[in-house]
Amino acid sequence: MHTTAPRATARHRTGGQLRTYALFIALVAPNLILLAAFTFWPLLVNAWLSMVRWNFLSAQQPFVGLDNYVRVLGARVFLDVVRNTVVFTGISVAITMGVGLILAIMLDQRLRWRTAARAVLFTPTVLAGSAIAIVWIYIFDPRFGLLQQVLAWFAIASPNWLADPAWAMAAVIIVYSWKNVGYAVVIYLAGLQAIDRTLYEAAAIDGADAFAQFRAVTLPGLSPMIFFLMVTSVLACFQAFDIIHVMTDGGPVNATNTLVYHLYEQGFIRTQAGPAGVVAMVMFIAMILLTWLQLRYAETRVHYA
Amino acid sequence: MHNQPQRLARHEQIVSALIVAVAVIIIGLPLYWMLIASFKLSGEIYTAPPTWWPQYPTLENYPLAWQAVPFAQYYLNSVIVTAITTLSKTTLATLTAYALVYLPVRGRDAVFVTVLAGLMVPQQILIVPNFLTIANLGWLNTYQGLILPGAATAFGTFLMRQYFLTLPSEIFEAAQIDGAGHLQRLWTIAVPLARPAIVTTALFAIVSEWNEYLWPLLVTNIDAMRTLPVGVAQLFDSEGLANWGVIMAGTVLVVAPIVVLFGWAQRHIIDGIAAGALKG
Repeated sequence: MHTTAPRATARHRTGGQLRTYALFIALVAPNLILLAAFTFWPLLVNAWLSMVRWNFLSAQQPFVGLDNYVRVLGARVFLDVVRNTVVFTGISVAITMGVGLILAIMLDQRLRWRTAARAVLFTPTVLAGSAIAIVWIYIFDPRFGLLQQVLAWFAIASPNWLADPAWAMAAVIIVYSWKNVGYAVVIYLAGLQAIDRTLYEAAAIDGADAFAQFRAVTLPGLSPMIFFLMVTSVLACFQAFDIIHVMTDGGPVNATNTLVYHLYEQGFIRTQAGPAGVVAMVMFIAMILLTWLQLRYAETRVHYA
Repeated sequence: MHNQPQRLARHEQIVSALIVAVAVIIIGLPLYWMLIASFKLSGEIYTAPPTWWPQYPTLENYPLAWQAVPFAQYYLNSVIVTAITTLSKTTLATLTAYALVYLPVRGRDAVFVTVLAGLMVPQQILIVPNFLTIANLGWLNTYQGLILPGAATAFGTFLMRQYFLTLPSEIFEAAQIDGAGHLQRLWTIAVPLARPAIVTTALFAIVSEWNEYLWPLLVTNIDAMRTLPVGVAQLFDSEGLANWGVIMAGTVLVVAPIVVLFGWAQRHIIDGIAAGALKG
């Protein structure tokens, strides 16, 4: 097939380049067009909707400037929504990352049933949130549920988890953390197994005890994982919807109303496009800020091998 | 690659094993509870203290759940939506990633940056505009309305690109010298070699699509188009708190296919997730 080589004249090369371009466009276009239509364009629509008054039906969308922002951000419920989101995200991320780290370290040794344990811990992560939420409503049932029985062994009376504003958020956090801790375990385990064992031996020779080894070897070694989990878990918590919608509908009295639920509520229950646009914009800006902050923090603290 | 796990003192090993065992019980117990409740007669569910094993194991909850809401229709819809979305995501990711890695044209980096930017945008904040798009197209309560907004993938494209970059370029050069065009190289070399990454992309798509709740909730309001996650919430609403056995049978029916898939491809899913984190 060497006969093709001399044919690569200048004219052919331009022709070939054009063909390569055409092929490139043909290959990337379907993906990019869909991303443009359903990921990038909607961001602009959100920005527009946040500045108009519209109920999804009328032909007019009168421009009202920042009115919607003033109304949404000024409403008393919005403070609750932000607080709920921060509490839900903060505690869920802390539990999944903290407990996940402990379990991963415990699992990172010769245990005969290690693979099986990891599989069980990870299973809830891949199951449908709505089905899991229903199972947990049954478990939380203050009269016939599993949890009231477990609490009874310790002579504790079960709260009325989902009907009590003081307990509903705790219930949602328990379910969410239960579902996602296995994900953190899997990520940490991958990080732990990539750490060079000779570092521990070197530290031990230097007289470092277990805790000092953890601080000097394990934590720096895991820092890329910790950073990755932090970013992805915060974003996932921000977007958690199915469990909250099925278990509490944002209630009782807004006790579990988070930003994403508030967005759904404004857009699809009250059918007010403007306020829904505002909440979407707030979430978008908050997530960009959070990710940027985490990236900046990571520059100083994350050690890539 | 895998280092030998650390050696711990005997008592430390026992303590760790105990902690892991407790965690496994806490994580596993709700799933066990779901399963055994689905085999309990309704009288047994409403007894205190609850029983840890069904006294009179029964299968009757399953046909009851299946008939209480149109489960067969939900199943069909979930299978159709998951299958087409997965096929689309995997295909588009592979094609885009091939172009990004093997077609050296100007503007390639701009396309990659666009894909990366897409990765950063959370889908949940786009529900109102995307709902409007689908509604304006007249596609509420249709398969295309369920499928199209999730048919592309920034994440899968990223994953596939990372994998293509690890493949040895000599094979492609050799094929080029032999006169194989790009499409031929894509189909006969890139796709077979990248099979692990394609499988990972597909598994991620299957799991997330099968479990998707918010979007189907928004764009469907008739039983004929509901998918399983929304349908099982429907079952819960219709049965209320009066019939946990039937409802638990319903939830088992929803999660069972994913549990089977996970059992079969466990290694692959877990390794895929871990590899994604290590490289990302």
